[in-house]
Amino acid sequence: MGFKTFPGGIHPHDFKEFSKDMPIENLPFSKKVVIPVSQHIGAPSKPIVKKGDEVLTGQKIAEPGGFVSIPMHASICGKITKIARFPHPTGAMVMGIEITGNGEDKWVELIDDEKYLDLPVEEMKSRISEAGICGMGGAGFPTHVKISPPKDKPIDTIILNGVECEPYLTADYRIMMEQPDDILAGLKILLKIVNAEKGIIGIEANKPEAIKKMKALVKNEPNIKVISLKLKYPQGAEKQLIYAATKRKVPNKGGLPMAVKVIVQNVGTAIAIYEAVRFKKPLIDRVITVSGKIVNKPKNIKARIGTLFTDLLDFCEGTKEEIGKIISGGPLMGFAISTLETPLTKGSSGLILLNKKDAQIDEESTCLRCGRCVDICPLNLVPSLIANSVRYDDWDAAEKYGVMDCMKCGSCAYVCPSHIKLIQWIDIGKIKVDEKNRK
Amino acid sequence: MTDVYAVSAAPHIKQRISVPSVMWQVVLALTPALLASIYFFGTKSLWLTLYGIIAAVITEAVIQKIRKIPITVTDGSAIVTGLLVAFNINVSAPWWIPVVGSVFAIAIGKQIFGGLGFNIFNPALLARAFLVASWPTIMTSGWTSTRLGSISGLHSGIIPSTAIKAQNLITSATPLNVAQQLRDKVFTSGFADNLAESQAIANTIFDKLADFGTIQNLFWGNVGGVIGEVSAAALLIGAAFLAYRHIIEWRIPISYIGTVFVLTYIFGGINGLFSASILLPVFHVFAGGLILGAFFMATDMVTSPVTKKGRIYFGIGCGILTVVIRMVGGYPEGVSYSILLMNIAVPLIDKYTVPKPFGEVKKIAHG
Repeated sequence: MGFKTFPGGIHPHDFKEFSKDMPIENLPFSKKVVIPVSQHIGAPSKPIVKKGDEVLTGQKIAEPGGFVSIPMHASICGKITKIARFPHPTGAMVMGIEITGNGEDKWVELIDDEKYLDLPVEEMKSRISEAGICGMGGAGFPTHVKISPPKDKPIDTIILNGVECEPYLTADYRIMMEQPDDILAGLKILLKIVNAEKGIIGIEANKPEAIKKMKALVKNEPNIKVISLKLKYPQGAEKQLIYAATKRKVPNKGGLPMAVKVIVQNVGTAIAIYEAVRFKKPLIDRVITVSGKIVNKPKNIKARIGTLFTDLLDFCEGTKEEIGKIISGGPLMGFAISTLETPLTKGSSGLILLNKKDAQIDEESTCLRCGRCVDICPLNLVPSLIANSVRYDDWDAAEKYGVMDCMKCGSCAYVCPSHIKLIQWIDIGKIKVDEKNRK
Repeated sequence: MTDVYAVSAAPHIKQRISVPSVMWQVVLALTPALLASIYFFGTKSLWLTLYGIIAAVITEAVIQKIRKIPITVTDGSAIVTGLLVAFNINVSAPWWIPVVGSVFAIAIGKQIFGGLGFNIFNPALLARAFLVASWPTIMTSGWTSTRLGSISGLHSGIIPSTAIKAQNLITSATPLNVAQQLRDKVFTSGFADNLAESQAIANTIFDKLADFGTIQNLFWGNVGGVIGEVSAAALLIGAAFLAYRHIIEWRIPISYIGTVFVLTYIFGGINGLFSASILLPVFHVFAGGLILGAFFMATDMVTSPVTKKGRIYFGIGCGILTVVIRMVGGYPEGVSYSILLMNIAVPLIDKYTVPKPFGEVKKIAHG
């Protein structure tokens, strides 16, 4: 059986064995959470509470800072104890709202709209926007913006991303196993909102049980299909997924999926959408995988947004060895962070702990021009020549070799025998070429 | 907080591969060919190869010491160069030939450009060109027959024992040399008393070159030649290993060998276009240094194009030049010069074969 896929890519060991069979566990909610005002792409949200205010679970505590922005909600019930800069899963220090819980879990009022699919589209969109939903796969693009394409850009296909191609991560797999109906409900809402005729759920071939489960579920849905995708990284990257599912190529130089009539949403986001539209439930929790060879009990944990990573790790009974590196997200595109006192955000899919040995950074040696990076680049760029151009300040050449198109999937650095820090060079190149083009 | 964690840019996991691991795998891949050479030519091939390797390693270390840069001889790249220099040498050569070759390869071929990754030419082939120019007799004659048979791979019984010149040819020349001399009509001056008979003998020999038996000899290594090229079978085992390990890639060897195959089929006969049998291109693929060159020299990472399309052009270019040299050039074999000439073209090839990015559009997208 031929699986659908894209050209290029790499085959890292997936390390999913640690946590894939661990059912989602609810973390007893924490005494303290930190809600960063920036958990998404776009303007940071503006706090509407001040120190000392009492808040209920689900109460709005920050307004969107613009159209491309989202509101934030209290994820536990308690008192605002601090509004200050806190560590952020991207490694930066970002303004956040600290809530100290009072031990209760008193919620704002939710509803149950059983006829949610009959709601007017505008009402659905407003509920999604009010719930503060952004993409939960990592990038965090505000969902209400994504599902409001301009009138001249019709959408015919919604793709749900259940690929989860990053090693270690199993959160999306678990929700597909445990909440498939909610995912399907979310997909139906999305299809209705953008008036698309086709829904596709893309799952990587290393999750046969999830594929089976979702396939059985959509048996009687003629317009929705589940496709199994070849096990290859970065199969879950938006452009690669769209190509594998539809053979359409999203234009480079900043083109969006809507240019090829497609919108992609993560399966976790689909559940958030369903819960927002039916129950008016704001996005205040998510499932995250805590894993790594050194973690005592790797788990998939449903935790409140703002929960500190240290609480998540404690729930997994800590580590067997000294921690060398903390990764927020997956090991290929995630961020290394300097402290476990970092809060879980809406886009946090994983917390991966490496030991000292695996955290060692190899020294760069000379490029052999072996071309392995060229062979595997899923965007058909020339990573080695980009890095070389950046090294010698040749911004025009860097641009010519495609530095601005790079999505930083890290495949080139993964295969490089000379251990060249390709992604760092490319990052510098992106900044410098951008500066050059602004002049 | 006293704990200190490593913070670096993604990716945080890496494939277990490094420059030394690549180089040592190449060494491993060349080992079957060396063993075959020892089997067919005797232990002298081993000694010559060791001289080449030792000279290469010492030269690299000394120059790095002089340049006051870290000594990296353990990365295996000098060993690969030394091996390949020796592989290009006739087993009857004196001990100092591989030594001089390796010193030249490392000093002039590699370190003068800045060391590994910066050289323009394949160092081993540059050394071979230097040796051929300096000691042509040692490098291009005095072939040793293998312990199993003749130098040309042909059996002396295929032509009358009275045809002395023809007999001399097939016992002293390499297969490609025989082919060249027949094509150049050297025989007109007399394989036999009259031209027609001469022609007939020439045709017999030529037919026998492209004969299944000769090709078998070429494939297993039962012919004369330089140390490394003797057994195509042993080289292919190594090449298959490197391809499996993703260290060499199919584009250069396949386009190179494919081009030689097609062109020798068209132009290879001695009686005009398309006069050759279909086995003649097979002969050309296995004769001489093509298998060694296509899989182990043309694929040298540093001196071949990085783009996928570029590698195909590079292979085709090597193939065309090889056939031109074999068919009309002064040398019977053209693999080494064709690769060196294409090495020069690599920056140009890379420049004009930058791939189109995924989803390439002319205009910047809006919306």
